[in-house]
Amino acid sequence: MTTTQTPERTEAGERRSWLREHSELGVCALLLALGVLVLTDALTMDVDIAQRGPIGPKTVPIVVGIGLLVIAALLAVDVLRGGSGQAETGEDIDLSEPADWRTVLLLAGVFLATAVLIEPLGFPVAGALLFWGAAFALGSRRIDRDPLIAAGLSLITYVVFNNLLGVPLPGGPLMGAL
Amino acid sequence: MNALNSLLDGFGTALTPLNLLWAAIGVLLGTAIGVLPGIGPAMAVALLLPVTYGLDPTGAFIMFAGIYYGAMFGGSTTSILLNTPGESAAVVAAMEGNPMAKAGRGAQALAAAAIGHFAGGMIGTILLVALAPTVAELAVDIGAPDYFAIMVLAFIAVTSVLGSSRIRGMASLLIGLTLGLVGLDQMTGQQRLTFGSLQLADGIDVVIVAVGLFAIGEALWVAAHLRRTPGEPIPVGRPWLGRDDVRRTWKSWLRGPVIGFPFGAIPAGGAEIPTFLSYVTEKRLSKHKEEWGKGAIEGVAGPESASSASAAGTLVSMLTLGLPTTAVAAVMLAAFQQYGIQPGPLLFEREPELVWGLIASLFVGMVLLLALNLPLAPLWAKLLRIPRPYLYAGILFFAAVGAYAVGGEVIDLVILLLIGLIGFGMRRYGLPVLPAVIGVILGPSAEQQLRRALQISDGSVTGLVNTPFSVTVYAVIVVIVAWPLVKRLVGRRRTEAA
Repeated sequence: MTTTQTPERTEAGERRSWLREHSELGVCALLLALGVLVLTDALTMDVDIAQRGPIGPKTVPIVVGIGLLVIAALLAVDVLRGGSGQAETGEDIDLSEPADWRTVLLLAGVFLATAVLIEPLGFPVAGALLFWGAAFALGSRRIDRDPLIAAGLSLITYVVFNNLLGVPLPGGPLMGAL
Repeated sequence: MNALNSLLDGFGTALTPLNLLWAAIGVLLGTAIGVLPGIGPAMAVALLLPVTYGLDPTGAFIMFAGIYYGAMFGGSTTSILLNTPGESAAVVAAMEGNPMAKAGRGAQALAAAAIGHFAGGMIGTILLVALAPTVAELAVDIGAPDYFAIMVLAFIAVTSVLGSSRIRGMASLLIGLTLGLVGLDQMTGQQRLTFGSLQLADGIDVVIVAVGLFAIGEALWVAAHLRRTPGEPIPVGRPWLGRDDVRRTWKSWLRGPVIGFPFGAIPAGGAEIPTFLSYVTEKRLSKHKEEWGKGAIEGVAGPESASSASAAGTLVSMLTLGLPTTAVAAVMLAAFQQYGIQPGPLLFEREPELVWGLIASLFVGMVLLLALNLPLAPLWAKLLRIPRPYLYAGILFFAAVGAYAVGGEVIDLVILLLIGLIGFGMRRYGLPVLPAVIGVILGPSAEQQLRRALQISDGSVTGLVNTPFSVTVYAVIVVIVAWPLVKRLVGRRRTEAA
């Protein structure tokens, strides 16, 4: 913060950076919401005569729900005291750069598109699109090579699962034509 | 010798051409996965869970065990040549192995690691053969309260021992337990957390949770932080060891399993602690202390031997008690559940062919691994050059195949993505993934055993602690929970005294 900024601006900026530093409180909020959800579901359950034994289907959800509430509170205390979870590291991970949200959203989009397309187009086509789309989102731009690898992988996987392992996958119009 | 006869029968199972093929596929895949960045053995076994729909259990478990052992072998290769351990078990291998590679002794480092894995795996598996039937016999009449105690132990250990924060481990476990609650209650058929949806009434399949958290979550997390310039591996020739090296390392190879095996069998986080302990031990015993940190070969040999032996120890707990102590064991337990087989003391009586076939195949796999790894190490190192977009696109692709194969439902793909996003968030905020997976896998059976135990005792809580076995397990749990407190007290007294 430089001194040239107007006071309100600094305040807003400070609040924003405070929130960014404490974004882990969002995890607490989610745990809290999950706890409330589990507890509501457990308490609104109407258990009839079906119950056998001293503890019914309600008990464990109630314990888990209360546990979620307690942990949400404990985590909030920990975060406010300055604790923070360490982001996971790995061989291909570079944490020095800010997160690349565009790639993540693109990948999620490609994945959802596959879910929509798998039945009308069949697995070989939808799977190939998934691989190509994901590789593209991750930065591969080899137009000559990427689609071929995608198609080959998808077709081989289809044959291995559908014909060799006996796990049915939808063939779609392409397999119908062949 | 009853165990020896059973083992010989096991070799009969393991050496059939088809099972040999599964073992070979397993160790090849495992080594590749160990070498490849971004994929760990737990993710690999999770991605392969759909084969359980088409394969007989013996073949599937022979392959899974091959992947587990193979990944241990392969993991050290990246550590030595790239200095970037992909798995916690291989961190120690980088400490001496990478300086060795930089000094032009990469071939010796790889050989010391490979032979270390072979020695550790062999000794560990021999101990498994000797101990597992005895443990199973001792535990054979354990009942519902004992099973419940073991599962509570798994929950507590996985949240307390692993990771840096107990609160975050607990949060992860509770997320897993919540996911496990979804569906019809096993004892009464009561709908829980289904919100009236028919699809959710079947529950969320363990395969989808494991693949979502391990594979999708990991791929998305890496995608958000993809290193633009991957590290260059140090080129290396065929691994070999000179006579001097062997003279320095053979004791380390034999000492490793002594540390690794017991740590693998208890829920203490798999190979992470024993490899480190072995490193420290070797350093203390070494006659070449000036070399440490610059490439001491004992610092590769001992820890690598310990890590493979810990894998064998893990199998003891998993097969005899149904207690998963590592992520791979947890996913293998999920595979057992897919087949409707309950791992535990009765497994040795009910499924002798499966268990002994599996154990015998470990010996077969180890020989295959040594034969593959010594001559092929330079070839394996080439795998490090695979373009990262293909690698992570491939992970997403196989994750989709796996989730769709569960039931041929499009909704499963959507649930998979949602769980993957949860896994992404968990990685961002340092929530360990393993407790959640253990929660989903063991949660429902823990609830069932708890209710069964209380049913027997007619609601009295004493029904949970009325066997010596369960009392022992709860005592262990108390020690684990109280440990940080004790440590803090002792530490304070020490600083006061100083």
